[in-house]
Amino acid sequence: MKKKLMSVLLAAALVSSVLAGCGGAAPQASSEASASEESSGQAAFKIGGIGPTTGAAAIYGSDVRDAITIAVDEINAAGGINGYPIEYKFEDDEHNAEKAINAYNTLKDWGMQLLVGTVTSAPCIAVSEKTKEDNMFQLTPSGTAVNCVQYDNAFRVCFSDPNQGSASADYIAGNASLKDKKIAIIYDSSTEYSTGIHDSFVAKAGELSLDIVSDTSFTTDSATDFSVQLQTAKDAAAELLFLPIYYTEASLILQQADGMGYAPVFFGVDGMDGILGVENFDTSLAEGVYLLTPFSATADDELTVNFVKKFNDMTGHIPNQFGADAYDALYAIKAVAEAQNVTPDMSVSDICEAMKKGMVEIELTGVLTSPAAITWTAAGEPNKDPRAVIIENSEYVLAE
Amino acid sequence: MMKMTKQTRRDLITYGIVIVFYIVMQLLDLAGILSFHVKGLLVPLCYYAIAAVALNLVVGILGDLSLGHAGFMCIGAFSSSLFSVTLKDSGFPAGLRFFLALLIGTFFAALFGFLIGIPVLRLNGDYLAIVTLAFGEIIKNILAAVYFGYDEEGLHIAFKSFPLQGEGKMLINGAMGIQGTPTDSTFTIAVVILLLALFIVQNIVRSRTGRAIMSIRDNRIAAEAVGIQITKYKMTAFTISAAIAGTAGVLFSHNTTTLTATSTYFGYNVSILILVYVVLGGIGNIRGSVIATAILYILPEMLRGLSNYRMLIYAIVLIIIMLINWAPAAITFREKYGISAYLARRKENRTPVSDMGSGKGGS
Repeated sequence: MKKKLMSVLLAAALVSSVLAGCGGAAPQASSEASASEESSGQAAFKIGGIGPTTGAAAIYGSDVRDAITIAVDEINAAGGINGYPIEYKFEDDEHNAEKAINAYNTLKDWGMQLLVGTVTSAPCIAVSEKTKEDNMFQLTPSGTAVNCVQYDNAFRVCFSDPNQGSASADYIAGNASLKDKKIAIIYDSSTEYSTGIHDSFVAKAGELSLDIVSDTSFTTDSATDFSVQLQTAKDAAAELLFLPIYYTEASLILQQADGMGYAPVFFGVDGMDGILGVENFDTSLAEGVYLLTPFSATADDELTVNFVKKFNDMTGHIPNQFGADAYDALYAIKAVAEAQNVTPDMSVSDICEAMKKGMVEIELTGVLTSPAAITWTAAGEPNKDPRAVIIENSEYVLAE
Repeated sequence: MMKMTKQTRRDLITYGIVIVFYIVMQLLDLAGILSFHVKGLLVPLCYYAIAAVALNLVVGILGDLSLGHAGFMCIGAFSSSLFSVTLKDSGFPAGLRFFLALLIGTFFAALFGFLIGIPVLRLNGDYLAIVTLAFGEIIKNILAAVYFGYDEEGLHIAFKSFPLQGEGKMLINGAMGIQGTPTDSTFTIAVVILLLALFIVQNIVRSRTGRAIMSIRDNRIAAEAVGIQITKYKMTAFTISAAIAGTAGVLFSHNTTTLTATSTYFGYNVSILILVYVVLGGIGNIRGSVIATAILYILPEMLRGLSNYRMLIYAIVLIIIMLINWAPAAITFREKYGISAYLARRKENRTPVSDMGSGKGGS
């Protein structure tokens, strides 16, 4: 019995020491003790980022992480925010809401004061509950689901899903060469992103009396063979295929449509951005693809050129819109913090209040909309114009 | 000292580990040493441990391989969340609401476990594994596609999105799942449920039913020959296991506010993850399941500092643990030089004529 008792105690002590060991210098209790800048000697803004850097959605998270790094380096080199430098830390959430909360807690232990994240929708909604509880300012670069910014402390840089769907319908209806075409839709019924865009597109298309002849779906688990959906669209004589999905699946659809000799006009949204970067993808198939995206890496204004060059130097590829969103998010934080005289010694909650107030007052000229500016509403949504891009000669070119 | 069988003592030690762990965590929390990160891990730790205990009942005690337990978690999560979201703003007391949510989640998971068990348990071995895997996927895919809401015209359920007429609310919104589940799960409740799950499973194992179930595992033909109703006992084990997994699902859904039926949370990968906990903890060893879950769930979180390498290291650690636990050479080494062997030797030296301490077991 004594031996057993001892083994119990040993086991328990082992587990708890493992757990406690990682605790390290945990700043205590949410709001008041957050000004934990004593370690570095000089006060600094602690900005945290969360997104998937492993798993299926890793490319989005990595781009956001790298784009923020670039923005942080630029801002620090230019003297920081209100004279204070930024410290920045990025945590992986594997595109999983549960892990995102763990990541959020890790960043809180580190002393995070402002959150840029999370990158994907479902984790973003879960984390927004936590930031709401702690009254921490949250700016998501790319959380598109409506509920990502349901609380007043959360803002986003990207368009919301319904916004993209209705904007796509508007664009098609307003384009002389597209508006009379019969439309087919293939969407991913297992992601919020795709269903959100799909539903608002269908609703708006109804209002604008666009002719939808085929509406089929797939799920993430069956995202490899689209012959049935394509055949349905082809049989319905659809001339325009609306694809509110990510580019990985879209590239397969383009290949398979080509294989069956079906060549409608393809129309995608921001998830289509990046299709030219798919490995082993014959980019000639993407010629003439329309996509409604908030960002065009080929825009020739100074801001975009600078960002794209730095990003390319660092990572070896052209940034997608996620990276651009994140880059602008950092500059939005800088603009607001300077306008509101936010300093790192303020509590998380005070910073949040000031940022909330300032967010609706700024006009930001970022890489997304340059030379036009973005403004924000108190509901957390950005006001900006979508850009329609068409792929020509394997490059994204602004369509009229 | 009270007279105890060796088995009872083993059971009590299992409860003891959980309780000591709970007390230590609470003390650390009071002392302010516990980081937010660790605090956030405690509830997930408990529900995965509960799921592992549930799965161990099927895999270890009944001896059948189920790869669909994430599906039962999914049912528990959705049914209870639906209930909680509906009652959230009605002024219903939160404690009672969560208690009822636990019962509802458990009940529905048990119901589906029973219904699925009827056709599935006629199969054995690999066939059973594949069919349970399929059922888990079916549950997940249906819940990811269903729209369920109410408006002025009553309740609606469909596989396509539909507009609500006037006042109303979409409860399950297709791929967007259920939003706004109240976060009722606390570490205390989770630990109580874990203890309850341990109590139920360990007592089943010691009971007449448990012996019947294990006899099916050990020799189905012999069990049938002595008149044990195979189907009945298989059903019992499978349904109880599903029910407990459902309870884990309730804790899951009430821990985060968003609930979506995607592969990340309820796919077969999750079922296999739980199976990994069971296998590494020792098939049929209930206490091992709990400890393995604790270590394996915490590990990738503790390795956050290594950023992208952590998944690689996690995989390597899995292999190493598996080898240490199960490789014959490692077992011999443990028996020769392990802690229990050392203690036994010491005991032997002191009182040469006493009984030999058992060399095996002891995790």
